Amino acid sequence: MTKKFLTLSLLLSTLLLLGCPAPAERQTITIKGSDTLLQVGGRWAELYMNAHPDVTIQVTGGGSGTGIVALIDGTTDICQSSRPIKQEEKDKLKANKNADVSEIPVALDALAVYVHKDNPVAALTLEQVGKIFMGEITDWKDVGGMPGHIVLYGRENSSGTYVYFKEHVLQNKDFPPAYQALPGTGGVVDAVAKDKNGIGYGGIGYAKDIKTVPIKKDAASAPVEPSMANVLNNSYPISRQLFWYTAGAPQGAVKDLVDWVLGPDGQKVVSEKGFYPLKGE
Amino acid sequence: MRSSQAVSQVLRPSDVTDRHLKRRRMLDRLAEALILGFASVAIAIILLIFIYVGREALPLLWDNAEGATIASTFAPPVQWQPVSINPRYNVIPLLLGTLKVTLIAMLIATPFALAAALFTSEFAPVRLREIIKPAIELLAGIPSVVMGFFALIVLASWLQSQFGLAFRLNALNAGIALALAIIPIIYTVSEDALTSVPQHYREASLALGASKIQTAVRVVFPAAMPGIGAAMILGFGRAIGETMIVLMASGGAAIVSLSPFVSTRTLSATIAAELGEVVSGGGHYRILFFLDILLFVVTSILNWAGDYYNRRMRVRLFGAE
Repeated sequence: MTKKFLTLSLLLSTLLLLGCPAPAERQTITIKGSDTLLQVGGRWAELYMNAHPDVTIQVTGGGSGTGIVALIDGTTDICQSSRPIKQEEKDKLKANKNADVSEIPVALDALAVYVHKDNPVAALTLEQVGKIFMGEITDWKDVGGMPGHIVLYGRENSSGTYVYFKEHVLQNKDFPPAYQALPGTGGVVDAVAKDKNGIGYGGIGYAKDIKTVPIKKDAASAPVEPSMANVLNNSYPISRQLFWYTAGAPQGAVKDLVDWVLGPDGQKVVSEKGFYPLKGE
Repeated sequence: MRSSQAVSQVLRPSDVTDRHLKRRRMLDRLAEALILGFASVAIAIILLIFIYVGREALPLLWDNAEGATIASTFAPPVQWQPVSINPRYNVIPLLLGTLKVTLIAMLIATPFALAAALFTSEFAPVRLREIIKPAIELLAGIPSVVMGFFALIVLASWLQSQFGLAFRLNALNAGIALALAIIPIIYTVSEDALTSVPQHYREASLALGASKIQTAVRVVFPAAMPGIGAAMILGFGRAIGETMIVLMASGGAAIVSLSPFVSTRTLSATIAAELGEVVSGGGHYRILFFLDILLFVVTSILNWAGDYYNRRMRVRLFGAE
């Protein structure tokens, strides 16, 4: 009995091994960096590898800083970053690899602030939004609305949106205990749509049956609508570009990949994952 | 040896039946082995889950994963703020939220379920009972995500407009939806307990001149008490571990408050919402697995207690198990 099993399994595994095609000449591209872009990068790699079986792409996260260090050390071909590269990092790359960094914006990331559609608040400064979400401003009348206790909605702490909002609007301070974490931006929009004292945040693509508040960079500046145009011309304050960096201009297989990512197929993945394509939709 | 040989020599046609018998025995043994195999796989899986969860959480006891230890789950301040420059893993807000939602669900579900069980077992005509029982049990088959969705969209708005609540999604909202989910459990188990009370209890009571209601409430109900206790414990166990309903309907804010009208975060919803993106092996990850163990132990104890009371009830009514 046991012997039979052994023979059978041996036979099967040999067959399986023989069935595999001999490995062709493969090209490996490594991508490393931003966790924000990790999912998009993974999806890009998956689709690109399906269409180009001769290319292997490895995507890892670790954060933008880690990716830039890896680029300087020459351990990655492409670095994904959710922040612009610093001058000293550029200098290091120049010294180490004798190459100028090549900056390729691959996607846009922006967040809208949602309120109930009957909320009379005309605009909020970035600071006011931060104070509201830190629990320091608790009544709508303090920011030009009708009196009423502000109810906070947002994403769960597992969300990249949560982290981005916390970093850029709350300056890394904490949300108060009364902050209601909902699974999914759709849930946030739905909750705000049903709550006249509610406020929430999330991608502009989800905004439906609610009002998106124009944001002022500071008290003196003009309010800016979170429209695609304002995101594209970089005037909307809670938006940023997401980058790919390479040492020197991309060449060969890397260049093909970059071109594909910037093309319609690659940009479709960007909107699929909740970011904005570079040229709008 | 000798005699069996002799018999088979005498009864020639039995060669055939003998072979049949052998094959049947073989089949029996095969089936037995299969059943044993499947049963041990099931038990092994449960054990492996427990070992896995334990292995991920236990390093908290001796290791200091990014400032997270077993002590930090009860260290002040009483806040659940795991993603922060200064993470706080105090589980009291989550424990309080879990107990609050579960108690609300129990308070709502128990009277309905017990009244329905008493009605179908003692008063309803047989034909009506044949309709009501499966109908309530059908409730148990509704996926909890449907209950959660109902609470999120319909119930929450209705409650807010009725009571003028500041928090649209709150403990009461989740508790009501949870009650709908546990009514079938409490109902089924307690109905079984009530109907298993021997008929002569009722006959004796009625013969002594008690009315039907007096018999039901003062004779049958007390006799079935351990079974009803088991029903409530099992309902409690289901409610404490239920995830989807509370995730959708409770609002998910870890507020420390006894009020049923504020938004609430439970243990199960926290694990479900946060485990997806935590860094494997980090402090937050280990703490979430510790919460898992907490839930696992509590529900196991409750299930065991339910089983114990059910058995005690059999002993009480029939003298033996």
